[in-house]
Amino acid sequence: MHAIVCIKQVPDTTEVRINPETNTLIREGVASIINPFDTYAIEEGLRLKERFGGKVTVLTMGPPQAREALKEAVAMGADEAILLTDKAFAGSDTWATAYTLSRAIRRLAPFDIILCGKQAIDGDTGQVGPGIARQLQIPQLTYVSRILEIDPESAHIRVERLLEEGREIVDCSLPVLLTVVKDINQPRYPTFMGIRRATRMEIPVWDCQALPEANPEYLGLRGSPTQVVRIFHPPARSGQATLLTGDTPALLAAQLADRLLADKVI
Amino acid sequence: MSGLIVLAERCTACGSCLGVCPFGALSLEGDTIVVGEQCNLCGACVDACPSEALRVERPEAEAEPDQATYRGVWVWVEQFQGRACTISWEMMGQGRRLANELGVALTACVLGHDVGHIAREAIAYGADRVFLVDDPTLAVYRTDPYAAVLVHLVREYRPEIFLLGASARGRDLAGAVATDLHTGLTADCTGLDIDPETRLLRQTRPAFGGNIMATIICPKHRPQMATVRHRVFEVPPADESRSGQIVRVPAILPEERIACRVADFVLESGQVNLADARIIVTGGRGVGGPEGFDPIRELAEVLGGAVGASRAAVDAGWIPYAHQVGQTGRTVKPDLYIACGVSGAIQHLAGMQTSKVIVAINKDPEAPIFNVATYGIVGDLFQIVPALTAEFRRRLGR
Repeated sequence: MHAIVCIKQVPDTTEVRINPETNTLIREGVASIINPFDTYAIEEGLRLKERFGGKVTVLTMGPPQAREALKEAVAMGADEAILLTDKAFAGSDTWATAYTLSRAIRRLAPFDIILCGKQAIDGDTGQVGPGIARQLQIPQLTYVSRILEIDPESAHIRVERLLEEGREIVDCSLPVLLTVVKDINQPRYPTFMGIRRATRMEIPVWDCQALPEANPEYLGLRGSPTQVVRIFHPPARSGQATLLTGDTPALLAAQLADRLLADKVI
Repeated sequence: MSGLIVLAERCTACGSCLGVCPFGALSLEGDTIVVGEQCNLCGACVDACPSEALRVERPEAEAEPDQATYRGVWVWVEQFQGRACTISWEMMGQGRRLANELGVALTACVLGHDVGHIAREAIAYGADRVFLVDDPTLAVYRTDPYAAVLVHLVREYRPEIFLLGASARGRDLAGAVATDLHTGLTADCTGLDIDPETRLLRQTRPAFGGNIMATIICPKHRPQMATVRHRVFEVPPADESRSGQIVRVPAILPEERIACRVADFVLESGQVNLADARIIVTGGRGVGGPEGFDPIRELAEVLGGAVGASRAAVDAGWIPYAHQVGQTGRTVKPDLYIACGVSGAIQHLAGMQTSKVIVAINKDPEAPIFNVATYGIVGDLFQIVPALTAEFRRRLGR
């Protein structure tokens, strides 16, 4: 079983604060972390390896410091890690990112499964997973909350997907790309041995020369159909709450009911 | 040379640009601004620079030579078990507005099995033309057969704009279709406008959990594709007297070429569908345990709303993940959001702060949830929430 896990290094938005005076993001001292959804993908890859043997390869595209995210994945138990970094990749939108990752994955073939988080918490697009699957012409199963059955021999998988109306059970063939939701597992912590291995490990770096079959027109900014033309801060939600006071819960409830009915939200 | 250019002769190394970069791509080394690879040329720093020392230069991509031959606005009409999803009619309202601004036709794409009635509804909601693809292989949504049809139709009929709802299926499908078509896709938009000079679609969306907004364009590729967030736009009134053309189109992939089979669907109770809910009652750490959600459920039931939960309550195992509101759960925008025993961590606020009216009920008067609330009650939710349930039961006659 060869599982490839695609991860992204993101700012820890739990630490991002807004400067109330300028209404801008305060990024100073904000740590970079593995996108939380991707940690579930890593864990699921490790569980597959524990069941079937084989290996887990983690892959990321980003600036050189994204190496730290790969080391953390290795500390959790991933066997191999690849860092895609090159000025030529900078400014990639989701199309160019999926294209570049898919060309790297072709070099890592054969594989049985590709695992991604359902989306990254900075961009929130959820588009790169499906993009990779289509580039590789393999089926995609998004929003997976459980792998119910998987058999590398017969190349079959059955998963549960979390959709708005409930849970869908789907059968599919391998190789396949999964994007996973938080429900799927509880990611493990890095182990002492894992951390030691990660510290010593030399992470291979692939630049665009390492992807000779990639069309340079499809990389980075040049290969990105979309352009960000403006970034702004949404107006802060105005003002203070109207605090309701009353001697008894019933009086408070009556006051609130009056207000909500007057606001026509009920 | 393309990218973010720092004009050394103008830069005073004042550092104004450092803090405004949403991606942390800028650093000051000595008295030089260094641009890191995280830069995606958003231009936030250009606006912030007091000495006009920053400039964005973009590579000149080749426009598709036949870009002008792409005309019209399309909407994918999502259906589940033979019923159109509300989000699709929200899209139709926006599609109609954009089509009118551009002076072009609005086309709906209806895929499914025995869904002719949805094609007629689509006309009532504003479509001039409907592509109706009615086939057993399309009865239940699956990526491959749906994407194959839409990719084929786009290549054949060449729309300039294609909108899909940002639901689970909509995002799954849009990501696949845009990849195959090699065009731009903007996720989860909350604003769509036409630039009157260029006729380009300006797509505005939140990022960083709603902390910043970005406006995105797709200048050189067609169609310009976007998924649009639930409940941002109103459902337009249906006009049964409208007329339009229904074009029947065959499916593309035969069953034997489709890798996936849907074996089963387990419907959750109405209390979980947070995306469509007009009213959400949410419990946080303050509910104290699984049974603490009982009064929350009762209030939600009386109000006809859904039950939400904070991450703390989900992580404690008190309620399933499907209920989680916030950055790692669902983003919601109901008319009324009642937060009970929710402190209001930034990740939770990111998922609900655009709700129309927010009520916070919490023992702690310092809880951050009060900063975004419309109405606040400082008190014990186990007293207040049952009192509210009784009050609304009486007033609404339920």
